[in-house]
Amino acid sequence: MADALTISGLDCFYGETQVLFGLGLTLRQGEVHCLLGRNGAGKTTTLKAIMGLVSARTGSVRLGDIELTGLPPHEVPKAGVAYVPQGRRLFAEMTVAENIEIGLMTRQRGKDVREAVLDIFPVLRERLRQRSGTLSGGEQQQLAMARALCLEPRVLLLDEPTEGLMPSMIAKIRQSVASLRERGVSTILVEQRVEAVLSVADRVSFIENGRVRETVGVDRLREDPDIVKRYVGVS
Amino acid sequence: MAFGPHLLLATLEGLVTSAVLALMALGLSLVFGVMRVVNVAHGEFYMLGAVLAWAVASAFGGHPAIGFLAALVIAPLVVGAVALVADRLVLKRLDYNPEATIVATIGLLYIIQQAALTFYGADARPVQAPFNYRISLPWFGYSGYKLAVIGASVALLLTTWLVLSRTRVGLMMRATQYDSETAQAFGIPVGRVYAGVFAVGAMLAAIAAVLIVPTSQAHYLMGRDPLLLSFIVVIIGGLGSLRGTVVAALLIGVSDGIISMFFSPTLAKIIATLVVAMVLVFRPQGLFGTSAR
Repeated sequence: MADALTISGLDCFYGETQVLFGLGLTLRQGEVHCLLGRNGAGKTTTLKAIMGLVSARTGSVRLGDIELTGLPPHEVPKAGVAYVPQGRRLFAEMTVAENIEIGLMTRQRGKDVREAVLDIFPVLRERLRQRSGTLSGGEQQQLAMARALCLEPRVLLLDEPTEGLMPSMIAKIRQSVASLRERGVSTILVEQRVEAVLSVADRVSFIENGRVRETVGVDRLREDPDIVKRYVGVS
Repeated sequence: MAFGPHLLLATLEGLVTSAVLALMALGLSLVFGVMRVVNVAHGEFYMLGAVLAWAVASAFGGHPAIGFLAALVIAPLVVGAVALVADRLVLKRLDYNPEATIVATIGLLYIIQQAALTFYGADARPVQAPFNYRISLPWFGYSGYKLAVIGASVALLLTTWLVLSRTRVGLMMRATQYDSETAQAFGIPVGRVYAGVFAVGAMLAAIAAVLIVPTSQAHYLMGRDPLLLSFIVVIIGGLGSLRGTVVAALLIGVSDGIISMFFSPTLAKIIATLVVAMVLVFRPQGLFGTSAR
């Protein structure tokens, strides 16, 4: 499989504190690649660095032939990367329709895309005029995903999308991720639940202290649960 | 004059003050709401608008309406351009850091003020109103121009509301206001939004000045009091809230008009400041503001 996204030698800092140390990662075309690691290991920072929201001092993030490092952050989604942040980060004071409209900012043929996205998450169609802050947790997560899919991304970055959701909604989110893979969207998924990783991921990278320590296929994870214990502390 | 007509006159004067104050405070509120920048130089954009109005109106001969209308177009555009340059040269380079931009806009205040003193002088100069129609009420005559100022302000406030709530640009501004990082992740050029908002904020102050300068005079120190009142209005109304700004401007303007006429202008300022203190103690986010994120 060709590579959708290639990260190499990425050094990122918050102020003077270095948080990513020469991080390298390859996302293959159409795969779901999971990042596992302890809190503070650098998973979210990796996603933010891809989006340009944390600037890289050195290193490279390539989306196909496009070098993303150095692009202004607002150009990264136009290149084809969509981001669903941890905690959803919806515009809570705005309606569902307005949140979706923001997802369509970079699109020319917004109406078709909007309809396609609402077909994936039909519950949102019934709530278009509702303030997004008043939606249930599951609906908010669906809106966050819908907003990101409005960008028609080649690469989707999901930061703990199942956090705080009830099991039925977690299944729905997993199903969405799997159907996106079928449509050729490559996904980087930050996830804490190992069972969620096993059900949806193709490969897993373990991040520790701002470095990718090991990348394995999901089968290896099933065969050797100790590997999770080693990097995450639970299995 | 009997109490009723006296009260009506005071209320009308208060409404004129409210109209101008609402426009000016809206500019300040937009800049803080979207950019988190406390623009201490906002009063100087107002002063610059008035000074430029005098310069433009003086340059045009013929009927006063021609010079006034030219000023109403040119002065806000020039002030907006000055704000845009200030944003690119100063605020952007400070990464819109809230503390650093306070100091920077204090510097900007003195630069604009001293530039006005140098090139315009220390004299107060009048600008002629575009028309001098007086509306005859049974108890007193009232300036038709002042009523037109109220109308123009209402129209501008409505336009701002429509832009913010119904247009793509407004959506970008609101998204930036709520969460600039997420806005960028959806392709919104936050830097350009900031520059635009800073320019529009300054232009609103300039329009307020052009509207009011025929009833007062242009002077290089005229930005101080409106700046103070604008801060009072945005603190009471809630920073970043258009509705709050309008309600607070009405409250402060009308109470200022009435208390000034029946008691004293000083008492009006004391009460306004007291209201601010109460709001800061009991509802720091303002009457219509939301709690800090």
